[in-house]
Amino acid sequence: MEKAVFIVAAIGSVLSAVWMVFGENTVHSALALVANFFTLSVFYVLLEAHFLAVVQIIVYAGAIMVLFLFVIMLLGVDRRDQYKETIRFQFPLAIIFSMGLLGVLIFTIRAAFDKTSFTGLSQANASGNTQGLGRLLFTHYLFPFEVTSLLLIVAAIGAMVIGKRRTPAETDPEDEDA
Amino acid sequence: MAPAAFLILGAILFSLGTLGVLLRKNALIIFMSIELMLNAVNLTFITFARMSGTLDGQVLAFFVIAVAAAEVVVGLAIIVAMFRRKQSASVDDARLFKW
Repeated sequence: MEKAVFIVAAIGSVLSAVWMVFGENTVHSALALVANFFTLSVFYVLLEAHFLAVVQIIVYAGAIMVLFLFVIMLLGVDRRDQYKETIRFQFPLAIIFSMGLLGVLIFTIRAAFDKTSFTGLSQANASGNTQGLGRLLFTHYLFPFEVTSLLLIVAAIGAMVIGKRRTPAETDPEDEDA
Repeated sequence: MAPAAFLILGAILFSLGTLGVLLRKNALIIFMSIELMLNAVNLTFITFARMSGTLDGQVLAFFVIAVAAAEVVVGLAIIVAMFRRKQSASVDDARLFKW
């Protein structure tokens, strides 16, 4: 049963990723990425990460992809991507480099983890996955957690500063296309 | 399922993400490819968490999700600002520094 779920979700995951990368339409690519996030949350359930499976759907498929679709609609960039090559041999070189990376990664994984098996999280998840995660987050990982809150504030302020429309008085006269 | 199957799937998704970054010209699709790579790394982290029998990998994946959210906010603001100047979301049009 676990194997069947894994195989179906893995095929869906790879196909939606390929569709996202090679899709002609930006909105279709965004929808393919949403499908990819859903299949990933299936894997998280298989790997006993129930809290992260839900967070994946709420934060990624819910918040982040809605933000993406919002920007796509705002810009109206749904016309075709032009495949005009500005770097010579970009297409074959990109294929060679990424397939080479894939080959190296698979070789390393096969060499290092082919015979290992799962320990399982039944002991760590004994009092619930969310409880265990929360306990770890507020004891051992408390400082990184607080730094994350700082990061989010800086990101929000940065987005406001970048997205602000400048008044003519503020723009630099040297900057002709502002 | 063996851990290697999950790790290889993560490697495939990561390579597809790099392919998207190298190949596409639309800044939004490059950005989505980066999200795909971050998610592939998350899958690897969570697989390692189950392999070692501890929850530390899941905490790291949680942090990656938070950082990805912050990154999306700033990145999309940059793309909108670039589109406002150049009327295009193609990375070929952002060549101010090209010599």
